[in-house]
Amino acid sequence: MSLTITRPLAAPAFRRFRRHRLAAFGAATILLLTLGCFLGPFLLPFDDTTIDIMNRFAPPLSGVHVLGTDELGRDMLARLMMGGRVSLMVGFTAMAIGMAVGILVGAVAGFHGGWLGAALMRFVDAVLCFPSIFLLLALAALVSPGLLSIIILIGATSWMDVARIVEGQVKSLRERDFAVAAEVLGASDARIIVHELVPNAVAPIVVAATLNVARAILLESYVSFLGYGIQPPVPSWGNMLNNAQIYLTSAPWLAILPGLAITLAVTSFNFLGDGLRDALDPRMRAR
Amino acid sequence: MSGFLVRRLGQSLVLLVLVSMVGFAILHLAPGGPMSQFASGSDMTQEDLDRIAEQLGLNRPLPVQYAEWFWRMLQGDWGRSFRDGEAVLNVIGSHLGATLQLMLTATLLAILLGVAIGTLSAIRRHSVFDTLATVGAMIALSIPTFWFGLVAIYLFSVWLGWLPSGNRSTPGDGSLPDLLRHLILPAMVLALVETAIWSRFMRSSMLDVVNQDYIRTARAKGVPEGRILLRHAFRNAALPMITVLGLQLPTLLGGALVTETVFTWPGMGRLFLDSISYRDYPVVMGILMFSATLVLLGSLLADLLHAVADPRIRLG
Repeated sequence: MSLTITRPLAAPAFRRFRRHRLAAFGAATILLLTLGCFLGPFLLPFDDTTIDIMNRFAPPLSGVHVLGTDELGRDMLARLMMGGRVSLMVGFTAMAIGMAVGILVGAVAGFHGGWLGAALMRFVDAVLCFPSIFLLLALAALVSPGLLSIIILIGATSWMDVARIVEGQVKSLRERDFAVAAEVLGASDARIIVHELVPNAVAPIVVAATLNVARAILLESYVSFLGYGIQPPVPSWGNMLNNAQIYLTSAPWLAILPGLAITLAVTSFNFLGDGLRDALDPRMRAR
Repeated sequence: MSGFLVRRLGQSLVLLVLVSMVGFAILHLAPGGPMSQFASGSDMTQEDLDRIAEQLGLNRPLPVQYAEWFWRMLQGDWGRSFRDGEAVLNVIGSHLGATLQLMLTATLLAILLGVAIGTLSAIRRHSVFDTLATVGAMIALSIPTFWFGLVAIYLFSVWLGWLPSGNRSTPGDGSLPDLLRHLILPAMVLALVETAIWSRFMRSSMLDVVNQDYIRTARAKGVPEGRILLRHAFRNAALPMITVLGLQLPTLLGGALVTETVFTWPGMGRLFLDSISYRDYPVVMGILMFSATLVLLGSLLADLLHAVADPRIRLG
């Protein structure tokens, strides 16, 4: 009898352990990447803009340049770290903008309901009909490219999912006793939303925020790769791949290294987000 | 069924109007709005510009302009390309085939692989295979499509020399084997993310079904396990996957755009990027509206198919 009981109990425990191990791997990698990108450049003898013309296209592990050099003889490791600063910063700030807009729209729509809520959520549906890369590129082509504009644009094209999540949460929470009690006590709508509803919806918001950093890093790399994002000489993981296709035959590391960095960062945020979902939101717990 | 049909069609029409409003807003957000082609880089005076604006009706109130723009779109007049004066719908039409070919092949590949992986994952839940599939899907969803394309080109074209690195066919050789050889790499690259998504949806759909009462009943009756999984569980789990087709369309279109860029595939995504670099706004807007309409129709069609297949949807 005891055997038949331990098996079903052991399975989810093992699974949670495995899941959390992945989440821990994600968190550790994010920490290491962030520290490496922000502190690493101070430890390197090379600047990311120093041109070493005698050492163009040096392959990785061949000399003083650990990860090799690019077509101008710039140190790849230095460029990867400086590019990482840009890509991670875009990821975090664009996520923050997207979250702010999404939470605002979702909270207002969920709290008011009625025609305003319906109109806002149908607007969300309409924006979601546009494939986000198309929308992002069309908008990026209209403004002058730069760090700030790309952050705002990625934020502006990735708030819809959050709005949906928050709307659903707020809608169900506002009927609960504690929200009704606050209303009876005469709290203003804004106070109820900010102090009662949003804090109680924080679990799915944190999960969505983590996953949105991954999404923002990916979107930045797409747009920069296509030439409408971060502009050289400022490196980002995306625009480092910009020229890489031309040199694919002669210098494949130019293409492989930045892509690995993007994949590593995005995977880490996705693992972390998935682990957080399991830990914070029992209803969403994956089986 | 008719009640469901009317309700769903009504929703789609409302959404279409909203989509067109978003599109119209983007058009007018452009610096200089629809006039930018005349305003930039030409020696026209302000009077010339005003006259053009008047002729094009751009000095009228925005709601009137919108109504007229929307009405023209409904009639199939989507404007003309700045580049060669070709009607926008014709330009899109001439590039659509290549994109559809790529998307259909990739989707087919993704459904076959994804459904198989997802089903196996669900049947052997928490097994090594399931764990690998879960982690693998997560990594697949994190790989930038264009980079995967570059790696695939490096492996299969540069290093092994097995497959061509781009284009839809070798010039002068349009034979079927040649077309297929060109299709393999881009379709594989586009299918990666799709496979990951299909396998996740299939896994959770299968797990939903396996816990249903009728599966327990079948087990209690002594139906062999293999037969239960195939005849009872798999069929019912595969049904809701019809909606994934609709849900996946925006991701698929976005992925196609990126894949086409890497493989110089002469489709709609390639056209979109070329049009952006030429500042060919009518074509950019056209593709934007076209893809949004496609997404809208896709999800409508998926819902209708699902309703036809599952009586609970249309009656409930």
